[in-house]
Amino acid sequence: MSDLRELYQEVILDHNKRPRNYLKLEGANRTAEGYNPLCGDQITVYVLVEDDVIQEITFQGSGCAISKASASMMTATVKGKTTDEAKGLIEAFRSMVTADLNAAPDLQAVGKLAVFAGVREFPVRVKCATLPWHTMHAALEGQAQLASTE
Amino acid sequence: MRAVTGMAASVTLPEERMTFDVERIREDFPVLRQQIRGRPLVYLDNAATSQKPKSVIETIEQYYLTENSNVHRGIHLLSERATEAFEGARVKVARFLNAADAREIIFVRGATEGINLVAHSFVRPLLVAGDEILVSEMEHHSNIVPWQMLCEATGAVLRVIPINDDGELRLDEYERLLGENTRLVSIAHVSNALGTINPVKHVIDLAHERGVPVLIDGAQATPHMPVDVQALGCDFYVCSGHKLFGPTGIGVVFGKARHLEIMPPYQGGGDMILSVTFEKTIYNEAPLKFEAGTPHIAGAIGLGAAIDYVSSIGLDRIAAYEDELLVYATDAISTIPGLRIIGTAKEKASILSFILDGAHAHDIGTILDQEGIAIRTGHHCAQPVLRRFGVPATARASLAFYNTRDEIDALVRAIHKVSELFG
Repeated sequence: MSDLRELYQEVILDHNKRPRNYLKLEGANRTAEGYNPLCGDQITVYVLVEDDVIQEITFQGSGCAISKASASMMTATVKGKTTDEAKGLIEAFRSMVTADLNAAPDLQAVGKLAVFAGVREFPVRVKCATLPWHTMHAALEGQAQLASTE
Repeated sequence: MRAVTGMAASVTLPEERMTFDVERIREDFPVLRQQIRGRPLVYLDNAATSQKPKSVIETIEQYYLTENSNVHRGIHLLSERATEAFEGARVKVARFLNAADAREIIFVRGATEGINLVAHSFVRPLLVAGDEILVSEMEHHSNIVPWQMLCEATGAVLRVIPINDDGELRLDEYERLLGENTRLVSIAHVSNALGTINPVKHVIDLAHERGVPVLIDGAQATPHMPVDVQALGCDFYVCSGHKLFGPTGIGVVFGKARHLEIMPPYQGGGDMILSVTFEKTIYNEAPLKFEAGTPHIAGAIGLGAAIDYVSSIGLDRIAAYEDELLVYATDAISTIPGLRIIGTAKEKASILSFILDGAHAHDIGTILDQEGIAIRTGHHCAQPVLRRFGVPATARASLAFYNTRDEIDALVRAIHKVSELFG
């Protein structure tokens, strides 16, 4: 169970059970929908951007514990950040969960999100963790099309 | 019902038929003798693909070691041997499905290509705008999307037979939907997502009363029960080799001879012609008319070996053993708090689809994998039926005749671990 505890850390289990910012955001000016065709995970991210700052961000959807916790912690982390800072985090998060197993991932850049570092031990679950981030990226870019992990 | 093929069946002593020696059968499957993450592999993903007995692996190896050559064209001895083995496999398939004639058996890549072949060569020429194709709500995407593509191209309409809360076909609705404009009924023999065994004989009889031809998707039925296409009376029957303990990349279409005769070819190329000039090409006869290009010779021969293998055990005995195992497994997992089985038809085969309170199917899959247990999680390429049950994904354990009660016990223990983590 040691590897499993690495993946399903208490913080992740908690965010899965009680996801933060899990609602539709009325008044959002950026919205994107994300979909993982492989497993059917689906998420909608709502963002209110004012003066290039993420004032509010929420999500809704269905998915596994990893994707739900990732989305929950993502919204909690980027609220109040500039869009550029958020995009920097997207890249840092992606690097962390796809990092080579032999190299130490850069955990400083991601702060509390470091609890997801265990995901890189489970290659088939990486897309679960990154789907919310891809979707937020699509929302910030104002891309109309469906974000996808494929 | 089913002609016995394979030599081993004829030497099985009567007393051996009485018991099902699963441990001895397991020895025939090399892949099962391994540890996954430090635990014995428990392979419960048979509906996705089945494992291969030694005899299949060795038959394919022998073919490449000693017989490899192209079929239907060489004058030399090797080509003769390859052709004999390839056509011999066709005869084995014909006996296995109890087709009247081996010429009613077409080799394709799998059940998916089989459905596409029937869609392209049989159904498409019949269709005009407003015609209807009837499928069921529990179909695999492979028995939905080819028809949608056909409808888009012709203006025909796809109609869907609903199912009840147990995952059984609504036969009253089916009768209502069968109408003047119905050009084809296409349904699964056994549902890959629910395990429901459909009353296909009844479905076929009702359609034939109205002159409507029927295609049966037998991908999930052929590994688990005897199939007799003459007794069923279906117009087409498709199945996949890899789900039947044979290799990937080979599948079968059974089609009634009178249909195959008038159907245009599926693809153009070599082997499907009698003569070619730039002015006019004369097509070969069925089944070669539908097999353009060099076929998957080793695959067909390997499928023949797989059919010999399951026939030596006997599909009746396999069905009886699996039925008992499914009942045992159903009872066992039903005791787990918060677990709900999706698909509770009275007639079921080999499949246990379930959801668990508080734990998503993918998380169940990851935790079971840590215990060496392989199951499928997700939508099982049957999104509409999961939507019917209001769930985005299920965990699915699917059985084969080499699975044991001990493995079911391991599954139950592992699901309890999931509950502990997410409870």
